[in-house]
Amino acid sequence: MDATLTGNQAAMAAARKPTGRLSDPIFVGLLWTSGIFVLILLGLIIAMLFEGGLPALREFGLSFIWSTTWNPVTEVFGAGVMVFGTVFSAVIAVIIALPLSFGIAFFLTEIAPQQLRRPIGVAIQLLAAIPSIIYGMWGFFVIVPLMAAYVQPPLIEWLGPIPVLGALFQGPPLGAGMLTAGLIMAIMILPFITAMFVEVLESVPPMIKESAYGVGATTYEVYRNVSVPYGRTAMVGAVMLGLGRALGETMAVTFVIGNATRMSVSLFAPGATIASTIANEFPEASNGSLKLQSLLELGFILFVISFIVLALSRLLVRSKLKG
Amino acid sequence: MKITHILGAAALSFSALLSGTAFAADINGAGASFPAPVYQAWAAAYKEKTGTGLNYQSIGSGGGQNQIVNRTVDFGASDAPMKDDKLESANLLQFPTVIGSVVAIFNLDGVDSLVLDGPVLAEIYQGKITKWNDPKIAALNKGAKLPETAIVPVYRSDSSGTSFVFTSYLASANGDWKSAVGAATSVQWPVGAGAKGNEGVAGTVKNTKGAIGYVEFIYAAANKLTAADLVNKAGKVVKPETKAFMEAAAAADWKGAKNFAASMIDTAGPGAWPITSATYILLPKNPTNATQSAEAIKFFNWAYTAEGDAVAEKLHYIPLPDSVVTDIKKAWATEVKADGKAVWTN
Repeated sequence: MDATLTGNQAAMAAARKPTGRLSDPIFVGLLWTSGIFVLILLGLIIAMLFEGGLPALREFGLSFIWSTTWNPVTEVFGAGVMVFGTVFSAVIAVIIALPLSFGIAFFLTEIAPQQLRRPIGVAIQLLAAIPSIIYGMWGFFVIVPLMAAYVQPPLIEWLGPIPVLGALFQGPPLGAGMLTAGLIMAIMILPFITAMFVEVLESVPPMIKESAYGVGATTYEVYRNVSVPYGRTAMVGAVMLGLGRALGETMAVTFVIGNATRMSVSLFAPGATIASTIANEFPEASNGSLKLQSLLELGFILFVISFIVLALSRLLVRSKLKG
Repeated sequence: MKITHILGAAALSFSALLSGTAFAADINGAGASFPAPVYQAWAAAYKEKTGTGLNYQSIGSGGGQNQIVNRTVDFGASDAPMKDDKLESANLLQFPTVIGSVVAIFNLDGVDSLVLDGPVLAEIYQGKITKWNDPKIAALNKGAKLPETAIVPVYRSDSSGTSFVFTSYLASANGDWKSAVGAATSVQWPVGAGAKGNEGVAGTVKNTKGAIGYVEFIYAAANKLTAADLVNKAGKVVKPETKAFMEAAAAADWKGAKNFAASMIDTAGPGAWPITSATYILLPKNPTNATQSAEAIKFFNWAYTAEGDAVAEKLHYIPLPDSVVTDIKKAWATEVKADGKAVWTN
């Protein structure tokens, strides 16, 4: 028995050898090249952004990062408003998308009848396939007027006078603004988060869930105490991935955020993100100008923010795994 | 025998193809988006007439300036005139092609016509006038019923020549605006919301009660938007129409302007529209490819004919005054040279 097996293996190895001897090193070499290529590409992009933005950093110092002035006339630039807007709008997006994603994912895996799972699943995938500019146009022509007419006026009236919290609900009801941008981005990142949640929930061993149901747990209890704890780490990763996508979203945000380089904590105030500012200002930035250098520096800051988010998600996932 | 014949014929036709493309090379230009529709319309008509095509990339004035300084295109296009020292260092000839105007559009229930002036517009965009029934607006609109609606100023979020022209007007009409905000393709707007492009501004104004915005006249005319009348420097109320734009062009000081950068903002003509400006072409004075430069000049020479003017007027652009065109042709013949020889003669 043993002898025949080794004999077979030897025969197979012999049959493979002529091609294996030459093709294998080439194949391995190709794999190495692909791997290293990504590293080099990433390194070059970082280097380009850093080098291009360096003159702006030299001109304005480190305070470029938090300075809230962005004045193309006097050529004084600071990233404060855009950094705040980028993080603020992305956080709003995640806050809106998270409960929805949980709901859809659990509904799809536990509650939905088999005939409904596919249509809803496909619909969510299609949401992910819609180009960003379409979301922007839809937001601009449909959501912005709705927000201006029906959502913002009552909120400003009811919640605006409350001390502290009221600061979030100030200003004229423009329709466009931080909340609208967050809302559009929430819809855009929803499919990504949901798809990963579904995968996580599906990977929960049925045996554990059945046992929970068996001892009399309700649907909510199974969800709360079995499914979610089981996939928590992967879920944190999914949320961070959504946050990362929201941070860099450009076209849709440019349409609905109101594009004002002024600092405001109000949800209804127009603002700007790093990506939207680059999209708006780039066409008129001439070579070697301080404006172009500042835009490149903005790009570098966005890169760093995305990197921090990614690193944080890794860290969270790892600590959860240990616990 | 036959094969060599075929090969020979193929080689011949191939070389003919090569030389053919080299001869009728298309003109390449890039820059401002405001004149892009008329350049493209001119290109189509010119190609039909002469066979020479024009590729115009509408990438923004800044991009156009960059590309012509680097000589990657045959000509650049810019809405705002380039600074004299930059023109000098890049060795470029600057000349205008057509004139455009900026108008103020508004969304106010029950108000169909409105009169504004420069100082009031500046105060609106500074957040000093916040209600439509402000006494300063009422003084310009005697007899009109103005509601107490809050004013929402809307501006172009993308940096653009339109913003440059509009803020130049505000700066010229209001000293406070000039020192606090200034004039540029994008500025730090004290109040209001930004929207991308003419269509973004028009859409936002349409969506928002009490909004005011500014767009190019060509866009307002094509989309039949109602624009406000303005009080000009002479103190007369003018309507945004071709006649008023032409008067602004005629009133500008073309003779005294260097590099044809004559200001048409707030001119003294009694019927002149105050927010008017030309858009410019940038052409190398020392072209590396003389044939291409000559082709570009021939193209614009045609564009200044009655035929070209008709195309421009159909799109609501304003042709240049004849005296300016004469001066431009003189500049072409004397300033654009390759190896010491003019590439084009009238």
